[in-house]
Amino acid sequence: MKNSEFPLIFEKSRRGRKAANLPECDVPYTSPEELIGAEHLRSRLPLPEVSELDVVRHFTHLSQRNYAIDLGLYPLGSCTMKYNPKVNEKAASIPGFASLHPLQPEETAQGALALMYDLQKMLAEISGFDATTLQPSAGAHGELCAMMMVKAYHASRGEAHRNVVVIPDAAHGTNPASAARCGFKVKGVISNSKGCTDLDSLQKALAGGNIAAFMLTNPNTVGLFESEIEKICEMVHEAGGLVYCDGANMNAMLGLTRPGDMGFDVMHFNLHKTFSTPHGGGGPGCGAVSVKACLEPFLPVPTIEKVTAKIGEEESEATYRFIQNRPQSIGRIHSFYGAFLIAVRAYTYIRSLGAKGIRGVGENAVLNANYVRARLADHYEVAYGNRTCMHEVVLSAAKLKQLHGVRALDISKRLMDYGYHPPTNYFPLIVPEALMIEPTETESKQTLDEFIEVMIKISQEAVETPDLLTTAPHVTLVSRLDETAAVKNLDLRYEPLFENNNPI
Amino acid sequence: MANVPDNLKYSKTHEWVSIEGEIATIGITDHAQEEMGDIVYLSLPDIGRTLAFDEQFGEVESVKAVSELFSPLTGEVIETNTAIGNTTEIVNEDPYGNGWLMKIKLSNPSEMTDLLDAASYTQFAEEGGH
Repeated sequence: MKNSEFPLIFEKSRRGRKAANLPECDVPYTSPEELIGAEHLRSRLPLPEVSELDVVRHFTHLSQRNYAIDLGLYPLGSCTMKYNPKVNEKAASIPGFASLHPLQPEETAQGALALMYDLQKMLAEISGFDATTLQPSAGAHGELCAMMMVKAYHASRGEAHRNVVVIPDAAHGTNPASAARCGFKVKGVISNSKGCTDLDSLQKALAGGNIAAFMLTNPNTVGLFESEIEKICEMVHEAGGLVYCDGANMNAMLGLTRPGDMGFDVMHFNLHKTFSTPHGGGGPGCGAVSVKACLEPFLPVPTIEKVTAKIGEEESEATYRFIQNRPQSIGRIHSFYGAFLIAVRAYTYIRSLGAKGIRGVGENAVLNANYVRARLADHYEVAYGNRTCMHEVVLSAAKLKQLHGVRALDISKRLMDYGYHPPTNYFPLIVPEALMIEPTETESKQTLDEFIEVMIKISQEAVETPDLLTTAPHVTLVSRLDETAAVKNLDLRYEPLFENNNPI
Repeated sequence: MANVPDNLKYSKTHEWVSIEGEIATIGITDHAQEEMGDIVYLSLPDIGRTLAFDEQFGEVESVKAVSELFSPLTGEVIETNTAIGNTTEIVNEDPYGNGWLMKIKLSNPSEMTDLLDAASYTQFAEEGGH
């Protein structure tokens, strides 16, 4: 169906059409005017009047226009679009979890508290830290939470003057935003010719003094491991700062190495990336934050405590309780206890894999990315040289653009014709015409081979028939959208037509 | 390849400069606008602000990313191109003409010698300087 033939649900509306017939009211009737007050009632409320079948067809059609990991490979770099096992959903729908009310007494929700407590322990164990909070809603919220703790930490030591946060030029844009939101001044550090943090540049930034923290993604956004990480942490600590790990790329390290052991003081996780909870869609998320002991007093409230008592020689069954009274805490950052059912999914994922399985995730994520890199290296330029990468590989279309006028964007659009979601484009900013591919560990060699063959074919098309790329996609419902108009003249609201106060 | 007029000077941060007496007109290069893609928002400095060499004077947002603008010379802002307004596509279409960004009164004209000429800038841009 062409876009123009796809009406809004408002346009399907017919006056008086209903999805359900209610039985006659069997309690005394009270008018809405009396109950709510006429001044609060709208006479014109043009909600769509449609049948149940209209609704079902409308949203089923919309869902068919979506692309999802359940349909095919989704190599969107930095986003870790791995498959989310259905057992996660099964666990999250167990009535004992799904029907909990956040205000019910904690002694009636001991299983839920135990799950959160154990997940915090598991995340701390996996990353090499001492304590964890599950409160933040997402990665950037985790960053903000961490920066608030960094600020409180320095203030508690009488060093509130530390107001500089140092960030590499390859960082996710949320890093400087989170630091600035906490009132820190942001200082940049450049990357060296190997695509890693330039130590001279870092030294220079640190020498400026008042260092509160250094925020680093490891493996970094070029998909490379910061091999000087121990030295970097040492330099920042010497300057009196804390080192923050943006855990967006934790997938590459699972079971293989731990940020806490490298010298990081605090990190956030994106449970939707590394621990297979649903991505985005405006739904709930969790950007858990783990800290070293020095930051533990500042964790947001409530925290969870496990209490056991000795009864003679026996240890009693553990009970769990929320702790609200923590004088040094940065306070609440989320209503109630974070996105609990997301925690259930991540817990299920970790428990169903086990320690060995978790390590396999890290190994296969790295192996898959390197397989793609090795097979595409003859056809595309690999950013910062064709070296072993971590969980993702960054290609550059700079040469294709120069020689054939084909940009990263055009390659991505052409991939859609072959049924793939495009990789991340134009990020990191330090790589011109960047194409960032992250296959994740959940894809088979056969799937990767099919994708690689398509990428090779597109590289040939770029030379032989570049127009095919610059006008792609050709088979999708809509082709190139006018992104500029979408930004400048954003129009999201349907304005119904009225006649005599009645919708037409 | 992008258009690089011979009569202008260039910075490594992709601004162009045209000098008349002690007044410099500044904009972004054709190469820069091409790299960024369609520009959708632009912020320019207040009149009277003194800019140091390499100081950030504004931001330009395209459909791809937000980039910072850096002053290629030291001086006081005497005029900004208010005609651009919401029609930011002017900067894409005519970066060296109607898409100019600001005029500054130079306080250190000797800095001019540090800028690139057209040939050097072309080479810098072709080598992937960004």
